[in-house]
Amino acid sequence: MTVDAPPSWATTIPHEPGVAKPDPILVVDGVNRRFGGLLAVDVGHLEVQRGAITALIGPNGAGKTTLFNLLTGFDNPDSGSWRFAERDLSGVPAHRVAHHGMVRTFQLTKSLALLTVMENMKLGATRQRGERFWGALLRPLWRGQEKEIEERADALLERFKLSHVRDEFAGALSGGQRKLLEMARALMVQPELVMLDEPMAGVNPALKQSLLSHVKQLRTEGMTVLFVEHDMDVVYDISDWVVVLAQGRVIAEGPPAAIGANPKVIDAYLGTHFAEGGGEALGELGPDERLEVDQVGLGEPLTPGGAADA
Amino acid sequence: MDWGLIFRSTGQAAIGPDACYYALAAAGLNVHIGYTGLLNFGQAAFGAAGAYGLAVAVVTYGVSFWAALFIGLLVSIVLALVLGFPTLRLRTDYLAIVTLAAAEIIRLVVRSVRYTATLGGTDGLQAFGDAFFRLNPFDGGSYTPLEFRPDQVWLLVCAWPLVVVVLLVTFLLMRSPWGRVVKAIREDEDAVRSLGKNTYWYKMQSLMLGGVFGALAGIVFAMSKQSVNPDDYGTRFTFTAVAVMILGGTARVVGPVVGSVIFIGVLQFLDVFLRQAIDAGLIPGWVPIDVNKVAIIRLIFVGATLVLLMIYRPQGILGDRREVAIRDR
Ligand SMILES: Nc1ncnc2c1ncn2[C@@H]1O[C@H](COP(=O)(O)OP(=O)(O)O)[C@@H](O)[C@H]1O
Ligand SMILES: [Mg+2]
Repeated sequence: MTVDAPPSWATTIPHEPGVAKPDPILVVDGVNRRFGGLLAVDVGHLEVQRGAITALIGPNGAGKTTLFNLLTGFDNPDSGSWRFAERDLSGVPAHRVAHHGMVRTFQLTKSLALLTVMENMKLGATRQRGERFWGALLRPLWRGQEKEIEERADALLERFKLSHVRDEFAGALSGGQRKLLEMARALMVQPELVMLDEPMAGVNPALKQSLLSHVKQLRTEGMTVLFVEHDMDVVYDISDWVVVLAQGRVIAEGPPAAIGANPKVIDAYLGTHFAEGGGEALGELGPDERLEVDQVGLGEPLTPGGAADA
Repeated sequence: MDWGLIFRSTGQAAIGPDACYYALAAAGLNVHIGYTGLLNFGQAAFGAAGAYGLAVAVVTYGVSFWAALFIGLLVSIVLALVLGFPTLRLRTDYLAIVTLAAAEIIRLVVRSVRYTATLGGTDGLQAFGDAFFRLNPFDGGSYTPLEFRPDQVWLLVCAWPLVVVVLLVTFLLMRSPWGRVVKAIREDEDAVRSLGKNTYWYKMQSLMLGGVFGALAGIVFAMSKQSVNPDDYGTRFTFTAVAVMILGGTARVVGPVVGSVIFIGVLQFLDVFLRQAIDAGLIPGWVPIDVNKVAIIRLIFVGATLVLLMIYRPQGILGDRREVAIRDR
């Protein structure tokens, strides 16, 4: 597996939690989320570099999904704020977040089963005239725009190799194809930042390679990617920067090569390993999604812990 | 056995007022349940909103019939807002409970003694449709082999085109990007929110639209009886409409009409057929059926048929089996 040379900024800034980035697109400050007695997210300061691929890793139950939910308006923090592209997005409801150029996918794939693949795609386009109640009744008002959207969708489907299932129900696709569709659909929003929650989970190795190349392609096109991943091979392969979350806190940051040697990271994974044991929390996670800590520098492979993860 | 009577009577029911207003009520539910996934189990409340909005405005407040029609529709929109505001942020099962309860509350309030002066109590309200029936161009002549009264003919001539308009609006909306959003909400609301759609507002619009269709059903119902009575808008109204929607095929534009015509037609066929069979002595003595039980027995029959339908054709008459298969995956 070829590993691209890290971008120069990643080697020049300190490798420590909360470090300032030269050109951050997302800046998180003091975000806390408590579930009863559990402090699920407790992020003091976090910056995400624009135009880079940042991996968010951490043992199961670390708070990665919860952090995604908070940043995208699907959940509300007890305190804290964050700025995206110089705009304060704290408290902005989920449906408005996408309009600001930030779009997320879900750990459990959300394909819209009884819509066709093409309809799934078209749904992703924002500011559609035909989505207004009265405008919808008058086709001439939206026919032209619909055609543009369809062309854009077809181009993306081509790229994601889904053209042949264009008119199938999304519910008829394989798990991997649904992951591809969900990512392609998110791109219909034309976002600046794409947040992917375990995009490779449950995807077979061949599709995984294609997903990886798609993610890299996003960076080439100038988009910023923040993604959650358990597979360290993947993290090594595509990320410019890695943020490690454990028990809600950012415990380490750095380029992928520096992360594996970090004793705090090893501790965090070992801790959950012994505390929670193996066991798959999610049916969707296949054996190949198990975290291979070999690459992180440990002797034995670990599985993600058994904490509820939905 | 008078087969002529049986078929005439069946045909009459199939295109009569009952089939017409149940088609409207089911069309509303189809928008709610079929397309948007909003479990509205209180369609009777929207029917009552339309019917009582009209009748109270005319009878109690002396508003003109035509203005009162709009008041009826307006009341249903307000009802949708009131029911939707607290529940549409929650999971859809909450809406089911709230609508079911709201329909009963409305019925009980309407029939209460306290508001008799305004709402008519258990006696209901009458004579609100005179302005409409004064325009009736049909005289006592017979226009078809069917034996409708002239005022019924007039009502049907106005109400069935209304059904067509309702289906047309449904068709236009559901092929549009608006319909795409609404159907996507039915599949997974969070995915739709993440793509930048205000799902709460779409659900509210859907609730209002289907509610207005339900109000139109209530109005046609009231006009056909030329009376509104609280107990007409009980759970039976809602569940008949649900049955009609499922029978026709959920999320199919013309499903509600097909379902309604067949449902009401079969009900009437069984009614007349069983009576004739009993009169002709065709029912053996050990079968516990007599003329007084026909009304109930035909419902048992229809219920059993619906159960069989759900087992062998869960997609309804017009539905697509593939969709059910995908749902079950
Ligand atoms: N809605 C919720 N209610 C209660 N606890 C929750 C909820 N969502 C997540 N949690 C808990 O918060 C912690 C972080 O969960 P999550 O963000 O899903 O972790 P990750 O995605 O890193 O595996 C876990 O302990 C989880 O059980
Ligand atoms: Mg998670």
